[in-house]
Amino acid sequence: MNWRKIEEEFFLVMMRLASLLILAAFLAIMGTVIYYGLPALSWEMIFSAPKGGFYLGKEGGVANAIVGTFYLACGATIVSLIIGLPVTLVLNVFLKRGSKLAEFIRFSFDVLWGVPSIVYGAFGFTLMLYMGMRASLLWGIITVALVVLPAMCRAIDEVMRMIPGELQDASLSVGANKCETAFKVFARQALPGIVTATLISFGRAAGDAAAVLFTTGFTDAVPTSLAEPAATLPLAIFFQLGTPFPEVQQRAYASALILTALILLVSIAARLTGSRLSKYVIK
Amino acid sequence: MDNSLEISETPHLRVRGLNVYYNGHHALKNISLDIPDKKITAIIGPSGCGKSTLLRTFNRLIDTIEGVKVKGEVMIDGVNIYDPKVEVTAIRRKMGLLSQRPCPLPMSIFDNVAYGPRIHGERGRQNLRNIVESNLRHVGLWEEVQDRLHKPASELSIGQQQRLCLARGLAVEPEIILGDESTSALDPVSSKKVEERFLELKNEYTIILVTHILRQAKRLADYVVFLYMGELIEHGPAAELFANPKESLTREYLTGIIS
Repeated sequence: MNWRKIEEEFFLVMMRLASLLILAAFLAIMGTVIYYGLPALSWEMIFSAPKGGFYLGKEGGVANAIVGTFYLACGATIVSLIIGLPVTLVLNVFLKRGSKLAEFIRFSFDVLWGVPSIVYGAFGFTLMLYMGMRASLLWGIITVALVVLPAMCRAIDEVMRMIPGELQDASLSVGANKCETAFKVFARQALPGIVTATLISFGRAAGDAAAVLFTTGFTDAVPTSLAEPAATLPLAIFFQLGTPFPEVQQRAYASALILTALILLVSIAARLTGSRLSKYVIK
Repeated sequence: MDNSLEISETPHLRVRGLNVYYNGHHALKNISLDIPDKKITAIIGPSGCGKSTLLRTFNRLIDTIEGVKVKGEVMIDGVNIYDPKVEVTAIRRKMGLLSQRPCPLPMSIFDNVAYGPRIHGERGRQNLRNIVESNLRHVGLWEEVQDRLHKPASELSIGQQQRLCLARGLAVEPEIILGDESTSALDPVSSKKVEERFLELKNEYTIILVTHILRQAKRLADYVVFLYMGELIEHGPAAELFANPKESLTREYLTGIIS
């Protein structure tokens, strides 16, 4: 056996091991959540709010946190899409190719992406107090939108950068202006990427605990308006896991299972709509 | 072949003292040129000589690149298109562009052709249908696609896509067609079809083609422009220039000594 062959074999084994490791981690996490969570999971968990003594192991469920998380993640994702899509269109259509400003904006998104979400939480909290307001679903949405915006922008941007310059030339050369080119051509061509970016953002928004800690608060009631505080699943898991009662700890795993299922459902729905919408994309 | 090639006093496209700088690099040097109306003009030269750059100055697509400075004049119908008062979309509308690789828009075949007219305000369904049909017929694609007009354009073959792009350009009723090595990504049969379209279209349009294929220039061109390292070396009627080049650089390029 010669050296090149050994090298080839070595890396092949390493790659297989790495793939196996990822798969194992995924299965281990899912396994743990299902193993501990499934016995505690019941219709009551999903459909009712915590009743008196829920945190002592008595009746009730986490409907407040399920609804809260859903509202919060949807709201934050929509807000950051409304801000993020125009930003990426400016980067890729309105600014010239090779623009220094575009590079700077991309760099700042990379930096913001790396900022821990507790920092956003503190920032949102300060802003909230400055405006003389209290923790509410609205402030949670604003803060979490800031958390997911950089990831959203970079994910859409990466897809838009792959769009060949000729496509822009083709649109401009029939006399379209940049705005028409952006919305009629770029947004359409990047649609699968926009769907993926929205998904990533939804997952991150639903799973964030630090940013909502000060800004959204926590309540046992199902939220009915933007001005009320709202419960979220990550915080519910945190509180339940922190109790000394094994029944309540088990409910934390059930909540984690619900959170995972929620994200999975939204992912599948988005993929299905995405693949229907991307019929016209040029490959 | 028609050798009596006269350039009118006021051609559609006239270039005067055109200089293009790209991040300090002098990409086009003091180019002055009249392009004959309703003929095929081929711009030839080795790669990197500025052929495509010159073509992109004609419809100001060069504006989309950072760090480019243009000096001099490009006159279309007597109007300098680099005049700040000029509306850039109006200029681009006068020129159809056919790029190197076919580049259909991410929409249906019908919407690709209707894209330009819609942007310029055409809303009537019947009018749009007529525009789409006549332009697809013009490029010889109608028979092939008439029963799948609402299918994605990406489902067409590469050659069909290129003809679709030509139809899309023609749909805004341009005066000039710009081709940037428009057949280089195509197979020989599709190339031939596109070339045939050019020969037909030159009765109605002024056509300017950038090509690195000398034989293609010989097949199609009525007028030839030879660029070398950003300089205009020689230009003249195709028959004359190919048979009897005046400059030694042109001769060397034509015989393959430089490329």
